[in-house]
Amino acid sequence: MRKFSAFAVAREAMRAHKGWDKQWQNPEPKSSYDVIIVGAGGHGLATAYYLAKEHGITNVAVLEKGWLGGGNTGRNTTIIRSNYLYDESAGMYNHAVKLWEGLSQELNYNVMFSQRGVMMMAHNVHDVQVSKRHVHANRLNGVDNEWITPEQAKAFCPPLSISKSARYPVMGAALQRKGGVARHDAVAWGYARKAAAMGVHIIQQCEVTGINRDASGTVTGVNTSRGTINAKKVGVVAAGHTSVLMEMAGVQMPLESYPLQALVSEPVKPIFPCVVMSNTVHAYISQSDKGELVIGAGTDQYISYSQTGSINISTHTLEAICEMFPIFGRMKMLRSWGGIVDVTPDRSPILAKTPVKGLYVNCGWGTGGFKATPGSGHVFAHTIAKDEPHKINAGLHLERFRTGRLVDEAAAAAVAH
Amino acid sequence: MLLIRCPYCEQDLPETEFRGEGEAHIARPENMADISDADFEKFFFIRENQKGIVFERWRHVHGCGRFFNAARHSVSDKFIKTYKAGEKQPKLTQKEIEAVLPPAKSTPANEAIWTEKEETNNGDAK
Repeated sequence: MRKFSAFAVAREAMRAHKGWDKQWQNPEPKSSYDVIIVGAGGHGLATAYYLAKEHGITNVAVLEKGWLGGGNTGRNTTIIRSNYLYDESAGMYNHAVKLWEGLSQELNYNVMFSQRGVMMMAHNVHDVQVSKRHVHANRLNGVDNEWITPEQAKAFCPPLSISKSARYPVMGAALQRKGGVARHDAVAWGYARKAAAMGVHIIQQCEVTGINRDASGTVTGVNTSRGTINAKKVGVVAAGHTSVLMEMAGVQMPLESYPLQALVSEPVKPIFPCVVMSNTVHAYISQSDKGELVIGAGTDQYISYSQTGSINISTHTLEAICEMFPIFGRMKMLRSWGGIVDVTPDRSPILAKTPVKGLYVNCGWGTGGFKATPGSGHVFAHTIAKDEPHKINAGLHLERFRTGRLVDEAAAAAVAH
Repeated sequence: MLLIRCPYCEQDLPETEFRGEGEAHIARPENMADISDADFEKFFFIRENQKGIVFERWRHVHGCGRFFNAARHSVSDKFIKTYKAGEKQPKLTQKEIEAVLPPAKSTPANEAIWTEKEETNNGDAK
């Protein structure tokens, strides 16, 4: 693998860029691997990368039914923050933010991580109280977050309307300055490139159709559209399709899969310097480096695997955007799309061993998994390699739905779901 | 947006009149205090989440206000039928299921986007 550097770019410029090699190979699957990861999205590729880098396990295959990074990794609104309420979540997401900070250097791939600040708006007395509670909880957990006034919010994000006559006026905001955005595709590509360079096989267009087990119930491998592949350990990192895959091993999951939509506007000159989120009126917005406003809508109210959502959901979000930012009232929307998100009852992820020996699952990221990509991969690789959870994901186990020890971010309303 | 038939109002109406109420035909155990944690988990948290035919509850919240059930395909999002609360889970015929199946390549993730052949052709003049 060629190292990317200014020197390499200059040299290639001299010879019509003919010296670049493939970022990763498309190998034929071998008959067996030490570990199989199902799903080549950001989380799956990160898991493979950290398995190779931190645990020396390079005989790994990442199986993907479509193409690498073509699921929710390529469909999210790229927001990164860690201001969650509970210790388990704060630990997980803050671990991710720390990894994000050095990721471009580590991968030798520009993931365009930009800590431009994430501002979560408060529109009523309840919001103000909840936001301040979050700020204090975050402070105790060592997570950056601060409370700011409407005037400070306006100064931080000039397009914002703080009119007192709005239906939901801005009453303040919680600002995480370390939050921001990253280039979602580059994250998948960067991890894929580096993992492949260490010997990981990334096998695209290879759909897993069954999970094989021996008489004792231990995992022995998977059946795929390209034949049977054996492995002692299988990690399922399949987002919206987790229930489908886990059922192949006889494990029923506490998950429901919903469409989640996003849309982008026509590209415009730089106008939006940060990320703004509002849980109450339900809108997320930032501006990509291409100039498009990137807008996140909510989930649909019914289970679906269709990767499209209802128009009323995106309309609702655009109405909220237009009220918070009247300046965008006449902008045209360019594209919209949907992804399938797997939602747990407590809105916290599951990164854990399963009742089936040799089977591990990383799922339940719901509407906000992108921000956790490096941290998720890092601790999930640890869970697979050591056959026990890392201390950061120790509380994000599957048994919590039996014992009642939930990590109830849904009730905490830290996140819009 | 879905068009949903309310079996009480007997009309096809836009989805915004309804609220999705999750999986149907989950019976609440009558001896709740006595069941095991595993059984409670199954009742309270575990969901079928089928990729295929789903049975789900809806409520005509901006209409008659009543609960009813529906059978729908979760990839094509097409309804097979809706039926009143309390009615037994219907046995679906092969014909009914075939009518709502999605096309083979209904989601982009199932489509091929490159081949080795295309990849090598980068347009450079040799």
